[in-house]
Amino acid sequence: MRPMIRNGVRIDDSFAEAFPMRGTAIIITGPNQRWAKQAATTMTGFATSVIGCGAEAGIDRELPKKKTPDGRPGVRVLLFSMSSDTLQTQLVTRIGQCVLTSPGSACFADLDGPDRLSIGDSIRYFGDGWQVSKKFGGRHFWRVPVMDGEFLCEATVGLTKNAVGGGNLLLMGADWKSTMRAAELAVEAMNEVEGVILPFPGGIVRSGSKVGSKYKTMMASTNDAYCPTLRGAVATSLDEDVGCVLEIVIDGLTEKAVADAMRVGIAAIVKLGPENGASRIGAGNYGGKLGPFHFHLKDLLP
Amino acid sequence: MKPLVLALEQEPDQRLDLSPLCPHLLEGKSAKEIAEIELQTTREKVTVGDLFHIRAGSAQTIRFEGGSTRLDNIGFEMKSGEIVVEGDCGKSVGRNLSGGNLIVAGDAGPFAGSCMSGGRLEIWGDAGDFLGAPLEGEMEGMSGGLLILRGSAGARAGDRLRRGTILIEGSAGDYPGSRMIAGTLILLGECGVLPGYLMRRGTIVLANPPALAPTFVDCGVHSLAFASVFSRLLEPESRAAAKLLAGPLNRFAGDMAALGKGEILYPA
Repeated sequence: MRPMIRNGVRIDDSFAEAFPMRGTAIIITGPNQRWAKQAATTMTGFATSVIGCGAEAGIDRELPKKKTPDGRPGVRVLLFSMSSDTLQTQLVTRIGQCVLTSPGSACFADLDGPDRLSIGDSIRYFGDGWQVSKKFGGRHFWRVPVMDGEFLCEATVGLTKNAVGGGNLLLMGADWKSTMRAAELAVEAMNEVEGVILPFPGGIVRSGSKVGSKYKTMMASTNDAYCPTLRGAVATSLDEDVGCVLEIVIDGLTEKAVADAMRVGIAAIVKLGPENGASRIGAGNYGGKLGPFHFHLKDLLP
Repeated sequence: MKPLVLALEQEPDQRLDLSPLCPHLLEGKSAKEIAEIELQTTREKVTVGDLFHIRAGSAQTIRFEGGSTRLDNIGFEMKSGEIVVEGDCGKSVGRNLSGGNLIVAGDAGPFAGSCMSGGRLEIWGDAGDFLGAPLEGEMEGMSGGLLILRGSAGARAGDRLRRGTILIEGSAGDYPGSRMIAGTLILLGECGVLPGYLMRRGTIVLANPPALAPTFVDCGVHSLAFASVFSRLLEPESRAAAKLLAGPLNRFAGDMAALGKGEILYPA
């Protein structure tokens, strides 16, 4: 594999292997931006990977007053899961525990489609008979009395079966500081892309995994080929100038959104250059046999 | 596509039943076939051709040029398309309307939008009693869609309303929203006595509330997220209604003489 070089950054002739997911989008509003964001942050907590969390979730973008259904500041949240059933369970559990409970919040659907997931249709039972159904045009809302007024929640939200999860970039640099600088810049650029989330802490994951383990109970274990401290001891994928690897994982409502996010991420890393940033960009895959979506880095270069 | 135009040539001698003149019933019919349709309600036979000058066009849009308070049941069980009445109409305009757009430029008689379940009915003039209401013996009134009355309504507007939205820009007679099952009734003008009489559930929004029945209980002043949402959804139809719903509202729950899960809202 001869690497391609852009602005001194080596780019592997590799690809990110991604999987089909079920995804949905909601808008959470609040009396002000702070409380809208608080509800969204709480709801998308512990949602980094479907393996341990059941869902992958994150904030797509913040919305000004004019762009929300009730004219209050809002946040668009995306939620992904491997099956429609899990997505349904996760959606209602998270909204019930984190949005319904958040002072002043309201919750609206932000994805159309024939396949529907219930939100308010499930949450309404919290109203203990005092819940009120309201319909206007094609939209259906539930009003649930709560201690600070009413929780307004759309009855259902659309579900997409064309969501893509597991797009990724591997950033390799000389040390933690410079690699992190590149990763932070890439995350900032990728957050601007609509319809994608980066589910890991601050968008970045440092414990990439491989499939399988020497221990029977472990389905996945540390990606030793990319661990700098094992560089001499295992069949490493790292060059001698690499002392740190960070990964950015991307989930999107469409294949195009994931590709766009990877494209702007690569552009940001390349623009920073290898001196103060990452010297090499790679991507994680399983040989191309497990996931139907292949994002080749060579197609996404600036 | 040109609309099908039915120009009224003179005031009819008897009340007429115009229920056969609906887009889905006239689709594919020639002007000659339409002219032969009978409309009489007495023993004296009257056909469309006797009364109207017909200008052929797509039946998806039917335009009545000229109106009369003797033209009953316009848009009866209408499912799609559009009907525009450039004048007055009689009783039960848009009864059982389930889709499409029905516009009356003049006044409407009693039972306008009776039991409609979808679509949109807009009346620019006044309407008679029992707007959107069920006929005698029916258990439910309007059950969906949007009914906009730019003028004033008679008594018992929104009687037994079950779902959907009624917006009255003018005033309403006595007992608006009587026996409401659910749904939303918005009244921008003056309101007659005892709004929401025996209502079970649903929302009545009043710009100028009269004295409420003692069976409505004060729940305080609130800024309701649902009101802001409705305000924004209603903005394209009526800016005054949008304004009414935008601010903080007094909430009175009732009618406690019935189920008591309804509410009357008015500006604080």
